[in-house]
Amino acid sequence: MSAPGASGARQLWRRLRTQRSALVAAVVVALLVLVALGAPLLTAIEGQDPTTYHPSLVDSARGGVPIGSFGGVSAEHWLGVEPQTGRDLFARLVHGARVSLGVALAATVVQLVLGVVIGVAAGLGNRWVDLVLTRIADIFVAMPLMVVALALLAIVPTSFPRPVLVALVVGLVSGWGTLAKMVRAQTLTLKELDYVAAARLSGWGTVRIARRELLPGLATPVITFAAILVPTNITVEAALSFLGVGVKPPTPSWGQMLTSADVWYQAAPQYLLLPAGALFVTVLALTVLGDGVRTALDPRAASRLSVGTGRKQEAKGEVS
Amino acid sequence: MSEAEKAPSRSLVEVTDLTVEFGELRAVDRLSFRLQRGAALALVGESGSGKSTVAAALLGLHRGTGARVAGAIEVAGVDVQEAPEQTLRRLRGGKAAMVFQDPLSSLDPYYAIGDQIAEVYRVHTRASRRAARARAVEVLDRVGIPDAVRRSRSRPHEFSGGMRQRALIAMALACEPDLLIADEPTTALDVTVQAQILDLLHTLREEMGTGLLLVTHDVGVAAESVDEVLVMRHGRSVEHGPVSAVLGSPEQPYTRELLGAVPRVDVPRASSEAPEEPAAVVLEATGLRREFGRGKRALTAVDDVSLTIHRGETLGIVGESGSGKTTLGRMLVGLLEPTAGEVRYDGHARVGVNPAVQMVFQDPVSSLNPRRSVGESIADPLRARGEGDERRVRGRVRELLERVGLEAAHYDRYPHEFSGGQRQRVGIARALAADPRVIVCDEPVSALDVTTQAHVIALLGELQRELGLALVFVAHDLAVVRQVSDRVAVMRRGRIVEEGPADEVYDNPQDPYTKQLLAAVPALDPQIAAQRRAARRELAVV
Amino acid sequence: MTGFGGFILRRAVGALVTLFALSVIIYVVFYVTPGNVAQITCGPRCSPAQVQQVAGQLHLDDPLYARYWHFLQGLFVGQDYSTGTSVQHCSAPCLGLSYQSDQQVTELILAKLPVTASLALGAMVLWLVIGVGTGVLSVWRRGRLTERLLTTLTLAGMSTPVFVIGLVLMIVVCGQLELLPFPQYVAFTDDPEQWAWNLLLPWLSLALIESATYARLTRASMLETLAEDHVRTFRAYGVGERGIIWRHALRGAVAPLIAVNANNIGVLFGGAVLTETLFGLPGIGQEMVEAVKVVDLPVVVGMVLVTGFFVVLANAVADVLYAVADRRVVLT
Repeated sequence: MSAPGASGARQLWRRLRTQRSALVAAVVVALLVLVALGAPLLTAIEGQDPTTYHPSLVDSARGGVPIGSFGGVSAEHWLGVEPQTGRDLFARLVHGARVSLGVALAATVVQLVLGVVIGVAAGLGNRWVDLVLTRIADIFVAMPLMVVALALLAIVPTSFPRPVLVALVVGLVSGWGTLAKMVRAQTLTLKELDYVAAARLSGWGTVRIARRELLPGLATPVITFAAILVPTNITVEAALSFLGVGVKPPTPSWGQMLTSADVWYQAAPQYLLLPAGALFVTVLALTVLGDGVRTALDPRAASRLSVGTGRKQEAKGEVS
Repeated sequence: MSEAEKAPSRSLVEVTDLTVEFGELRAVDRLSFRLQRGAALALVGESGSGKSTVAAALLGLHRGTGARVAGAIEVAGVDVQEAPEQTLRRLRGGKAAMVFQDPLSSLDPYYAIGDQIAEVYRVHTRASRRAARARAVEVLDRVGIPDAVRRSRSRPHEFSGGMRQRALIAMALACEPDLLIADEPTTALDVTVQAQILDLLHTLREEMGTGLLLVTHDVGVAAESVDEVLVMRHGRSVEHGPVSAVLGSPEQPYTRELLGAVPRVDVPRASSEAPEEPAAVVLEATGLRREFGRGKRALTAVDDVSLTIHRGETLGIVGESGSGKTTLGRMLVGLLEPTAGEVRYDGHARVGVNPAVQMVFQDPVSSLNPRRSVGESIADPLRARGEGDERRVRGRVRELLERVGLEAAHYDRYPHEFSGGQRQRVGIARALAADPRVIVCDEPVSALDVTTQAHVIALLGELQRELGLALVFVAHDLAVVRQVSDRVAVMRRGRIVEEGPADEVYDNPQDPYTKQLLAAVPALDPQIAAQRRAARRELAVV
Repeated sequence: MTGFGGFILRRAVGALVTLFALSVIIYVVFYVTPGNVAQITCGPRCSPAQVQQVAGQLHLDDPLYARYWHFLQGLFVGQDYSTGTSVQHCSAPCLGLSYQSDQQVTELILAKLPVTASLALGAMVLWLVIGVGTGVLSVWRRGRLTERLLTTLTLAGMSTPVFVIGLVLMIVVCGQLELLPFPQYVAFTDDPEQWAWNLLLPWLSLALIESATYARLTRASMLETLAEDHVRTFRAYGVGERGIIWRHALRGAVAPLIAVNANNIGVLFGGAVLTETLFGLPGIGQEMVEAVKVVDLPVVVGMVLVTGFFVVLANAVADVLYAVADRRVVLT
């Protein structure tokens, strides 16, 4: 029985701690967040910044290949420099983490707010409110994210701060439709529970009942959903930047770095491998952590979804 | 034939020192019994007694689940503990077949019922697809499914509960097993359907000589169906013997307690303090009607029901599933608005809820918010009334907790820390916190074991006398309703078919439906059970 | 089956309503953007006279609903566009005119559709085989090393963006090992063999990534079914593991697989934007990216609408298939 009471967060942590893979993922995510937050500090220690051009470090005769071994790795430039521009790769990578995580989290917040508000309103509202809101949610479930986001990002004036715009577009167009439908279904279920009826018999009004009896019951599925949204948003941001409509230069972003990486893979392989690896590790860690959170919140259902770990008993239980 | 399949021994089932452990928990503890060919034995016990675990062990279903099974199990000549997987599979469904409790979830929702039976038949025989289908139709017809050819193509959700149970029995019969293991085969069913299923099992046994191992919590069901009873508690055998001896003159204190707690439909209410003169009417319903859905799909759940409830009395409302009794109860407390008609409280028409009319719910799990301490839940009516003094709120909640037989210190505990019976007490305390004059109890004890049931009913009675409460007791269990009610209303298809003083309705029913209901209630005495069975056959003919 | 026809009708009406609302939203969002719509639509290199002409064609002086009405007219009965000297007739379904290539958007999309369809359908076959196969195998071997291995691979697949695996595959297979040439689209009608060889990498990239989702879904859904009571029934009746897995557990996964697959295919038909861009496949997705770069508004809006149409259509078909797979849906 999942009953995260007042100590819900602590209980969640306690259950999370028992899963080794989730714990490792949590540490990785924590490190990534630290890197993102401390990006200016880290680059200051290195003595570089992500936007300064270093034309002297690339061989313009050979099309801008970084000079020196391993793509220009040196004491000044820990991971080498970007081909053509000579910008510091380490600085661009850690500042890219800032953009990736920031945009993904902001988009997730937009999705959560929209999804929960519309879902709860549909679940509690009368037949017409429900019909209209559910239809709207349906439309957004059907909204082809990449195409719509591409189009939207193209027509908004470039004066609008780009990372904020990307977060808004991703948040407004994707994710929340499904969440709203799920929240609505959950609200309808919770609404019929006897303890909600008992609260009504106590004499409480609708608002208080919604806050005290319904919202806590939504916490588990919403957190679980959020855990899926964050890594998805990271991938979407990277994809949009890869296509050249997301975060625009000079602001660094992992997806953007990959745009021209294939041209340079022989001369400077780390220009491809570093952002690709960073994306992979980040999404992987967030996905594993998300699975862990789900397992911790609902051990029964999650044992079927979790991937490879922490479900030995269940697996054995099925063999006969 | 492998070595494990020896020549048939004398007994059909022989269990010696069976112990089953799930981790730390010892579910079954050195249990031994035997069952002769064609005989019938019931394992009777309350929840957690380990009876279903024994049933599963007979087919070796604990293999590979991590449970530790010790002792010897021999079923139809197969050593279940040692037999190889292949032999065990031949036993399962071939020589010993299991009938499960919940017939809806026990069948695959995606396949036609006939196909599912045919699949099982083909596992055990080399029959062709066509022959297996024919066999499925044959057994479906055998268990009394009308128009079996057509119905065999239906999926489980297109069957009623009773029909599904019949289909499961048909599946069990497909390979003509020597032993039927029935795990609570009638628990999910209405009492009239239960009687039909028990009669069917009885007839099949008479005609086919199949042995029966019946697992049930209901002593009455056991009395109806078997020759021998084994009473279980905490995984151990408490008492074992012929059904008439164990139920007629029990030797062990626990058996006596269990039998004492079973509500009797044929015995008048113990301490009936019927008020000499009619007390004031507190709640009155006139012409209540409730529809669900609109247009062609509209369904009338309650149709023109009028009732009066007097101060200090208990009105029992009894009916089978779908009779509209729950909808009626919810309209009485104001959780549902009637489509037509009105509810008057103290003579005034009422809309919405009123703290003076409270409810105790059926499901002790869903009636308490798992995320709030029970004290907070009980304090709700006090706070909603505007009581701001935190000390007085806590004081009153502690008082209520003690009044319903819990401890004041339980205030800060969460629902999952309590048993079902305790949670129901919390629910009662919460209802009392509103200082109600009427409490509608919707199946308040149907989720509880009989001994717990008796305690909760006793508590409700005490509170009623003490506080002069009027109770509306909604339930499907005719015996329970008789034990608590001054007056009884019998509902069927949204209408009240018969209403009157409890003893009159039970001892001298007028409506044919009431008669049918009462005839279907299992009797504790096997001889009476046999008479009833005969009587039911006659009623069915009429 | 009574009620099945009514069910299909209800879903069809629902899909139409969704489509209509989607078109309104998209139209409003794109044609009520801040700035000079005529200028944006016509493109940056248009002369003031041309801009004026475009404004007239778009009926920019009319109220919004009238403009939307014109747009709908174009969709259902066609429309005439005057380009100064000549009049071009755009027959229904008319999505407008690209002001930068003077081509009709509908024709543009139809020309690109075969490429996108080749990519989407081929990848679908692969990801269903790989995904469902992986899911079934990991359930069959649950609790063993195989399962751990497969679930780890699945997780890796879920964590890799399609353009990363595409890049890596292209670099390794075409660049380093030189097993295949860098993909270059050849129409199926021209040379089926070359068509397949050139699409192999795009198919693989897309399918490897997508199959992770299907593997996870298949596995989760099968394990859920395996924990259900009816599986216990068939075990108790001697049905072996093979029958349980293939007949009962996999059956429960069919309906959710249909739902997810329909949505995926719908989105892909509107352009596998990333894969097409990466491999230089001249499909709807690539066209979309090009149109976005030069802000060719009619093309952009047309593509968004067409994608929305495919998604809604695919979901409606999925709903019906879902109901065929699980008849209980019809009753609710």
